Amino acid sequence: MATRQTASLARLMRAPAIILLLIWMVVPLGMTLYYSFLNYNLLNPAVTSWAGWFNYQYFYTDPAFLDSLWNTLVLVVGVLLITVCGGIAIAILIDKPIFGQGLVRILVISPFFVMPPVAALIWKNMIMHPSYGVFADIAKFFGTSPVDWFAQYPLFSIIIIVAWQWLPFATLILLTSLQSLDGEQMEAAEMDGAPAYSRFIHLVLPHMARAITVVILIQTIFLLSIYAEILVTTNGGPGTASTNLTYLIYRAARLNFDIGGAAAGGVIAVVLANIVAIFLMRAVGKNLD
Amino acid sequence: MGRITLEGVTKRFGDVEVIPPLNLDIEDGEFVVFVGPSGCGKSTLLRLIAGLEDVSAGRILIDGTDATEASPAKRGLAMVFQSYALYPHMSVRKNIAFPLKMAGMDKAEQDRRIAAAANALNLTDYLDRRPGQLSGGQRQRVAIGRAIVREPSAFLFDEPLSNLDAALRVGMRLEISELHTRLRTTMIYVTHDQVEAMTLADKIVVLHAGRIEQVGSPLDLYMRPRNVFVAGFIGSPKMNLFTGEAAAEYGARTIGVRPEHIAISTEGGTWKGRVGVSEHLGSDSFFYVEDTGLAETVTVRADGEIGLHHGDEVWLTPSEDKVHKFDDGGDLIE
Repeated sequence: MATRQTASLARLMRAPAIILLLIWMVVPLGMTLYYSFLNYNLLNPAVTSWAGWFNYQYFYTDPAFLDSLWNTLVLVVGVLLITVCGGIAIAILIDKPIFGQGLVRILVISPFFVMPPVAALIWKNMIMHPSYGVFADIAKFFGTSPVDWFAQYPLFSIIIIVAWQWLPFATLILLTSLQSLDGEQMEAAEMDGAPAYSRFIHLVLPHMARAITVVILIQTIFLLSIYAEILVTTNGGPGTASTNLTYLIYRAARLNFDIGGAAAGGVIAVVLANIVAIFLMRAVGKNLD
Repeated sequence: MGRITLEGVTKRFGDVEVIPPLNLDIEDGEFVVFVGPSGCGKSTLLRLIAGLEDVSAGRILIDGTDATEASPAKRGLAMVFQSYALYPHMSVRKNIAFPLKMAGMDKAEQDRRIAAAANALNLTDYLDRRPGQLSGGQRQRVAIGRAIVREPSAFLFDEPLSNLDAALRVGMRLEISELHTRLRTTMIYVTHDQVEAMTLADKIVVLHAGRIEQVGSPLDLYMRPRNVFVAGFIGSPKMNLFTGEAAAEYGARTIGVRPEHIAISTEGGTWKGRVGVSEHLGSDSFFYVEDTGLAETVTVRADGEIGLHHGDEVWLTPSEDKVHKFDDGGDLIE
């Protein structure tokens, strides 16, 4: 800001938005914190009492808790691996001039426009279904018995669905990064005797480091709260095989009607997400300088 | 060794023929400059030699072996790009080491060559910096360093000085010239700046619309331009070109006289005119003479201390033996 006047004017102008955002954030967080210390069950809402740390202890000692933590980790890392590697590969492919490039690019991006429950239902009923899914047809064509994806590999199936949804996002960001790579640099490397894979390792990857960082950071935020895909496909099962932290909280709140316990779970999730965020910013954030 | 021969080299982009069949010999150790207006195909020709573009027809021989289909890396040529094309995330040392690393050279030999190149190019203090922390001239030197460590059979320069300011450009021009005297390696240099061409070249190749208009030493081109295009292109300020009656008197379609070959006087001469703009540079003065009936303006060079001003009536006299005569096709009449 050029002068003191414009600086204070700017502060005034942006205040409503910041205050609104703050209220939106602080009020639910405060309510969650408050509920997490109450014995509050929707089956008996008239009886509420102070619970102290009991809700936290209860949630933490739930055998499903550690499973859900592990599943959350596997889900996030699995989807990140597939989307980043796949995104780089697809970006390199559609960066080359090909016939019908515009159409191909739109098709590649389109999964991102499908809302999560719809995408998950399509995968569940039309692609992965053991009797009339496309995968089952392929398996029958080759004479092998179809795989019942959601029963046999529940978490892996969800990883595939979520990765399919996020692949366009990764591809798009990585493609723009790839297009900003200086062509003369690649030619210089070619003259320097670097074969294609060396050019990829020494030039393309370092150039895309920043974009990859952005993809990892943004996706992690959303992947920690995956919920709809699990709800419409496996319902967290079999057992807790595909239950992540978000789904565990949902189960506490909406299936057991335990508002106090769910609130405690929510607070734990917020704390864990912040730990992950700090860790991520330390690990990969330096690429953003 | 670095003898490069082009035999009927042709380049087409779709239906557009940017370089019609072209023959050229570049001797070992020669400094050859491709010069021409923008879009004349000089950069394309360089990229064909480098192997960054495929030739549509014809052959490229490097030291007598056919390199037409060889990959850029296999041709043993090094190129310095207009944008320098340094690798931004690598230090200067790693940039220079990159071609050596790709060639699988052992570490000790790499270090020896990098030290030698850095020393020759005054880069020793900057080896651990990134390209982004260097000035334009230093980046240019890193690009040259990356080229010389490979000890290539020829260097290719693609307008290497066009991103530098005027003062640096003169300095780098001298450095490239010195480099050539020291290494005695073949150099092919593309530029649109004729001062660079005149000062650096052993041999200038003037290109126009993909065709070679003339090949020769700088002075050869200046004294004996073979056609109107070369006559008008080489020389600064430009040669005066007249058509019409003045040319007909010499039995030509077009005649050309350089500004220094016209005498200016207030008393009498061949052509009459009025001084328009005058530029006094100290050592010499340039007068742009109007209303001569020959061309819009006639450029005349005179000694530094001639007292002529805007609007003065003057007489111009060409030196008869320095008049270049061109026929209907624009070619020189011997």
